Amino acid sequence: MNILSAWLRSYLPQFDASDRELADDLTLRGIAVEGVFDAAAPIGGSLFETDITTNRVDAMNHYGVAREAAAIYGLTLAPLDTTLPAAHPGAGHPVRIEAPEACGRFTARILRNVKIGPSCGIVAERFAALGQKLILNAVDASNYVLFGMGHPTHAFDLDKIEGAIVVRRARPGERLKTLDGIDRVLDADDVVVADEKKALGLAGVMGGWDTMITPETKNILIEAAWFDPAVVRRMSRRHGIHSDASHRFERGADFHAPPVASALVSQLILKSRGHIEGELVDVVIPQVLARVAARRSIAFSVARCAELLGRTSDGPGITDEVSTGILHSLGCTLAPSAEGRYSVTLPSWRLDLEREIDLIEEVARVYGYNRFANTLPTFSGTVLELPNAPKQTAVRELLLSAGYHEAISSTFCSATDAATFAPQPGVAVAMDNPLSEEAGMLRPSLVPGMLTMLAYNLNRNVDDVRLFEMGTVFTGSPERVDEAQWLAFGATGRLRDGLNSSRALNFFDLKGVVEALTARFAARSVYFDAFPVASGLLPHWLNPARAARCVVDGSTVAYFGELHPDENASRKLRQPVLVGEIYLDRLFRHSLRQPSTRDLSRYQPVRRDFSLVFPDTVHWEAVGSALSGLAIAELQEYRPAEIFRDPKGKTVPAGHYSVLVSTTFQSPDRTLRDEELHAWSNSIVSTLESLGGRLRTQ
Amino acid sequence: MSDDSIPQLRGYDDASLDRAFASLTADLERGAGSLNGADAVEQFRLEWLGRKHGRLKTVSEAWLKTAPPEARRPLGQRFNGLKERIEALLTDAAAGKHRAATGAAIDVTLPGTRPQLGAEHPIVRTWHEAVRIFAAMGYSVGTGPEVETDYYNFESLNFPPNHPARDTQDTLVVVGQERKPLRDRLLMRTHTSPVQIRTMEQQPPPIRLVIPGKVHRNDAADATHSPIFHQVEGLCVDEGITFGDLKGTLDHAMKAFFGSSVKTRFFPSFFPFTEPSADVQISCIFCGGKGCRKCKHSGWIELLGCGMVDPAIFGFVRQKQPAYDPEKISGFAFGMGLDRIAMMKYGISDIGLLFSGDVRFLEQFA
Ligand SMILES: [Zn+2]
Repeated sequence: MNILSAWLRSYLPQFDASDRELADDLTLRGIAVEGVFDAAAPIGGSLFETDITTNRVDAMNHYGVAREAAAIYGLTLAPLDTTLPAAHPGAGHPVRIEAPEACGRFTARILRNVKIGPSCGIVAERFAALGQKLILNAVDASNYVLFGMGHPTHAFDLDKIEGAIVVRRARPGERLKTLDGIDRVLDADDVVVADEKKALGLAGVMGGWDTMITPETKNILIEAAWFDPAVVRRMSRRHGIHSDASHRFERGADFHAPPVASALVSQLILKSRGHIEGELVDVVIPQVLARVAARRSIAFSVARCAELLGRTSDGPGITDEVSTGILHSLGCTLAPSAEGRYSVTLPSWRLDLEREIDLIEEVARVYGYNRFANTLPTFSGTVLELPNAPKQTAVRELLLSAGYHEAISSTFCSATDAATFAPQPGVAVAMDNPLSEEAGMLRPSLVPGMLTMLAYNLNRNVDDVRLFEMGTVFTGSPERVDEAQWLAFGATGRLRDGLNSSRALNFFDLKGVVEALTARFAARSVYFDAFPVASGLLPHWLNPARAARCVVDGSTVAYFGELHPDENASRKLRQPVLVGEIYLDRLFRHSLRQPSTRDLSRYQPVRRDFSLVFPDTVHWEAVGSALSGLAIAELQEYRPAEIFRDPKGKTVPAGHYSVLVSTTFQSPDRTLRDEELHAWSNSIVSTLESLGGRLRTQ
Repeated sequence: MSDDSIPQLRGYDDASLDRAFASLTADLERGAGSLNGADAVEQFRLEWLGRKHGRLKTVSEAWLKTAPPEARRPLGQRFNGLKERIEALLTDAAAGKHRAATGAAIDVTLPGTRPQLGAEHPIVRTWHEAVRIFAAMGYSVGTGPEVETDYYNFESLNFPPNHPARDTQDTLVVVGQERKPLRDRLLMRTHTSPVQIRTMEQQPPPIRLVIPGKVHRNDAADATHSPIFHQVEGLCVDEGITFGDLKGTLDHAMKAFFGSSVKTRFFPSFFPFTEPSADVQISCIFCGGKGCRKCKHSGWIELLGCGMVDPAIFGFVRQKQPAYDPEKISGFAFGMGLDRIAMMKYGISDIGLLFSGDVRFLEQFA
């Protein structure tokens, strides 16, 4: 909203501070002046670009801002001059309100023999300074009053009105061409200002085309009314019209303003030519008057106000005189009810004031927020972390130390991605008004976002990428949406560990992360396995040949591995990508593992290596199980030290692999004897041979 | 027992000990004069400190072990003095230019093999910082769902149905809500404020809570706006909480975030759930308040919204927690954009980078 300082000053005859000072003081009191510019001659002074919060419709005009200035500086606000020439005899135009819930007051005034033409004088000058387009004097007069004192009015070509003015609900299917030239079909939720035959305008939103003022107009009917905020808002939204009038009505206009606005508009039009016929017709719905304008007075306690606001660091503080002075200057009437207590009658233009707390805010605002002391409340109590915070920290630290950067991606994904990556079919939830087609669904998985980020990097020639994201996934239905905290991690490219040393990231890099992660939690069993495609268990976005799930105490906590080459191709990724998802909600059911130690043996460990050839069908899992099944207490460790396949099938037959199994024996309380080592070696060999292994000759 | 590598010890009296140790010291200093090269130093070390045949070992075997109890102390002191001197000579030799370089020289100016560490996301980093700052002032952490009901996101925060205040927060709505009562309709929360209500419904006052979280609005994206962003919300409710307490708390927090020279100023504003409401500006952290491009030459940067909890909010909460009686308690709430703070602190010019996963951007936070 643009405000001219010269126009403000016309309402504040005693005001003598500079425009700059005024702009600062208004800003600190909530009328945010965001720009101060020189106003065009001959108006002079400044143009203030202001931003006024939605609750302060009373200040969206010059008189309202002048009232604020009067309160700030303790000045007298000049009253509006509403004197009119005497009316020629006449009955006035008949008005019927048939929709009293929507229209609380309607005034109509007839002006005859007017001269319609361009505006001149102060209207033209102030409009020029505001950058406002001039139309015709009668229309400009209505806008001028709107900018001046804030109440919307409308001028009709009286000769096009047939019979009485009726404010009523629109008939379903009724048509109205509005001033913007659009033909609109109305329904029963719309309220129209009509005559006996037709709708003339959308009440409080926009006038109609057929009765608009034209250069040929001779006689005018001026409407100044009060419409219900919710009704106007519904209409304005449904028809997509955001007019100056609807903006003000839907925020709550001043019930007492219509006669004033009507008089001011009439004055301006009559400046050119014409006369008033009859007295103002003013139809008031008493129930609305009681609800809106004759509101109950509210109790105000100076002590309560001072107590809630706290100490001041500047000025007299929140005294009786200060607080009542502020409220008075804003238009409140105060009647003392007890020591430091008042019964406050609220101004009709401040529908935002309803309760004592609203008055306390006014006192704080006008006194100046920055004149209150900065204090800190005392506190005794405990500070609680979120229950999962230490687990989240453990997971985050592990991934960071493994070289994965933390990322945040979109909360939404496409319908295609939702179908591909949802943990079960049909659980993804769509958005009613998505940001874009690609963001049509709430993400049921973090993997699509991860793949988008990997692609983003690859498309920018960043080839070595490791990322993770901890975030919310959504499943359910429009009835109920469930949220869970999951983690996605993705890796592609090479791992560099020196100047001349790098290797491609592979499945086992991801598996190592999952192993280390699950090791941070207390669990009885952790295992990894692959699934045949037919089982349907492995998410089909993974390549079943190089993917696994991780199961902790019987519950699947992660799927990870190589992205399926089909998915890779459809996303046009130019190199293989590894990706996985960890169900943190499931993992976090376990507590963090408390480290516990065993005594270190003082006796020498003994290493024995076994080189065997196995068919590919025998997995390491089987070898390990067989070794632990031997229940040799002294067998401290066994691991695959080297695995070898011969593509030519010479040293190792095709369909087989050789493995060097490295074992370590140690006793906590004695030196191991050769005989027992020999016996253990023999049983290891025979057990592994029974699995299908063949001992290689060295 | 005798050994010709050490002098004769004629007795355990001070004079005899002095004479014997003086002789050893003379030998020592003579040997130290020719410590040239690694081999010579090693030879010297073996001669004096060798485990089996070193002179010190011999002294220990020949003199210490046979010494009468009353002589142990004076002998031990002299022995230790000699040992320290030998070690000092060896240290000097090692530090000096005596040792020749072995092996091919490396170019120590080549880059080291850095551990490849991941970087915490700047928003998460800011999030943790906010939690830490408010934890030091007694604030616990709270969370709530990202998909909210109309009741918690709007109605209970005093945004009545069809109220213009709702226009300021364009909302992303879940599909298929039309048939439900307005209060039950599901939407993406537009702010973290619903968690205020949820927490107060769960627990009676006093409350000090800081609520970080992801929020969404149906806004167009540009360099400084994203439809997906993060907020941290604060709530303090107790007996006798004042507007001055709100000001002091945020002034303190901003100094903790941006440095103790930062100043705050408060402007009237409007939020349906606070009254009085305020916008808070901090003195520009880039120019110190003199005025620059970043602060549009005003010297101030607008950073957060806040206010005293509107009694109407306690009215909604009291349906479940009667202890929130606005006659007895008061409180304040505040909210700020984590993304915006991160962008300011780290000089990020495009908010889109925060949600891109761009490694070149993220690795700067490692
Ligand atoms: Zn600056």
